[in-house]
Amino acid sequence: MMLKVTIDGHTTEVEEGTTILQAARKIGGEIVPPAMCYYSKLKGSGGKCRTCLVKVSKGSEKDPRPMPKLVASCSTPVQDGMEVQNITSPEVLETRKAIVEFLLINHPLDCPICDQAGECDLQDLSFAHGADTSRFEEQKREFEQVDIGPNIKLHMNRCILCYRCVYTVNQITNGRIHGVLYRGDASEISTFIKNSIENDFSGNVIDVCPVGALTDSTFRFKSRVWFLKSMDVHRTCPKCSGKAVAWMSGNEIYRVTARKDEFNEVEEFICNECRFEKKDVNDWVIEGPRKIKRTSIISVNHYLNEKQGAIINPVDKKIEKPSEL
Amino acid sequence: MNLTNRSKVVTNKQMTFVESLYLPAIFAGMWITIKHVFGKKATIKYPEKKREFSEIYRGQHVLKRDDEGRERCTACGLCALACPAEAITMIAAERQPGEENLYREEKYAKVYEINMLRCIYCGLCESACPKEAIFLTKKTVDSEYYRQAFIYGKDKLVEPVEKDKRIDVTKRQTPEVLQFKKLPNERHNI
Repeated sequence: MMLKVTIDGHTTEVEEGTTILQAARKIGGEIVPPAMCYYSKLKGSGGKCRTCLVKVSKGSEKDPRPMPKLVASCSTPVQDGMEVQNITSPEVLETRKAIVEFLLINHPLDCPICDQAGECDLQDLSFAHGADTSRFEEQKREFEQVDIGPNIKLHMNRCILCYRCVYTVNQITNGRIHGVLYRGDASEISTFIKNSIENDFSGNVIDVCPVGALTDSTFRFKSRVWFLKSMDVHRTCPKCSGKAVAWMSGNEIYRVTARKDEFNEVEEFICNECRFEKKDVNDWVIEGPRKIKRTSIISVNHYLNEKQGAIINPVDKKIEKPSEL
Repeated sequence: MNLTNRSKVVTNKQMTFVESLYLPAIFAGMWITIKHVFGKKATIKYPEKKREFSEIYRGQHVLKRDDEGRERCTACGLCALACPAEAITMIAAERQPGEENLYREEKYAKVYEINMLRCIYCGLCESACPKEAIFLTKKTVDSEYYRQAFIYGKDKLVEPVEKDKRIDVTKRQTPEVLQFKKLPNERHNI
């Protein structure tokens, strides 16, 4: 049975069991609530960060009363005839602004240092929904940096405790080796023994991390994302699909990440060998430049082909066919 | 159709006798020339006399240090991104234990170069800097014999550690900016 749902005046029909967030993503555009912890590829994720709160102004066809409080759209299933307000509700926008302020309470203002800057979900979120200034005057919590294995660096200062990495390690890899220690405002993500992440897919925690808490040690301070050109590449890999993005400058590959969709979620998880060890341009087959939004800082100072939205390759001055996004 | 009433109609009429002597026209022209000889000169005798620059003149860059003498630049790359002439390049490095008195943050610019020939002195790097590290100063760039010499590295850009040799940039910061920096949550900018 298909359920009818209206989000900010846009009506769509979805299957039973779909959440409001998934229905909004089906409609697309600016009415999609932002999500910091929910990840469609990870079972059980969502419901922690509260950035996706929306107002349900009509519960369903049978019971048209509005829901008493704002609900987390990532974990609330759609009911038939439901009417949802996201950006059309001032209450939602005001709450979201407050939630960004809460998320930033213990998040250091070290974007100039952070390798995630330029592709950070929290940066985008606070730019779109946050306040201009911070009212927080107290000391922020501080942790020592930890090397999780040779390739992953953990900055616990920047963590917003979204649990995405924990779900990734539990679900993508076999065995539980990475989790959350302690409780409340003392909680921190950690491996049980510092260097225990040896699984072939553990590098994906870097891609799922919405902030710069888990970063690539092999790319640490090498460059800034907006100076690099992102190219769709692939190789035959016995472990993963081999479909990745190479961040290049000239013919040098600075880092390799998985391909991300328009909601900044990884399309296919890649293995550690592809991510950390294949930094030679001859290891990969280059498909072409990635499509980058004009509003992203990564597109600054690059010539864009307006029709296709692809960066023109400055090396051979040829417009390359952009990848499907 | 005339757009203004100042246009003169060119004619081929015969000159009068006085006009054909040309002398009145020559004296009229000489009068203007002689008047300018005694008037105020547009130029100055440069090496002896120097023009006064504006307090916020945009000349050679300086990379500032903080009060404790540590380099403020963290090699975030925003100046290079903002630069319309693409004159700035940098290579970042990680601060090692024991270097806390040299660099303010855990990342610093190992190499920081400005090509002074490419630079158009627009000051956008200054506006882009989140760490109050780069400023333009009143000093003009020295002339050189080779183009290579105009690529200024950290040896020429970073200001001296000695307190009395520091370069004052407070004039370039508006009172509003200075007030803003006093806010408790802007401590990282002091």
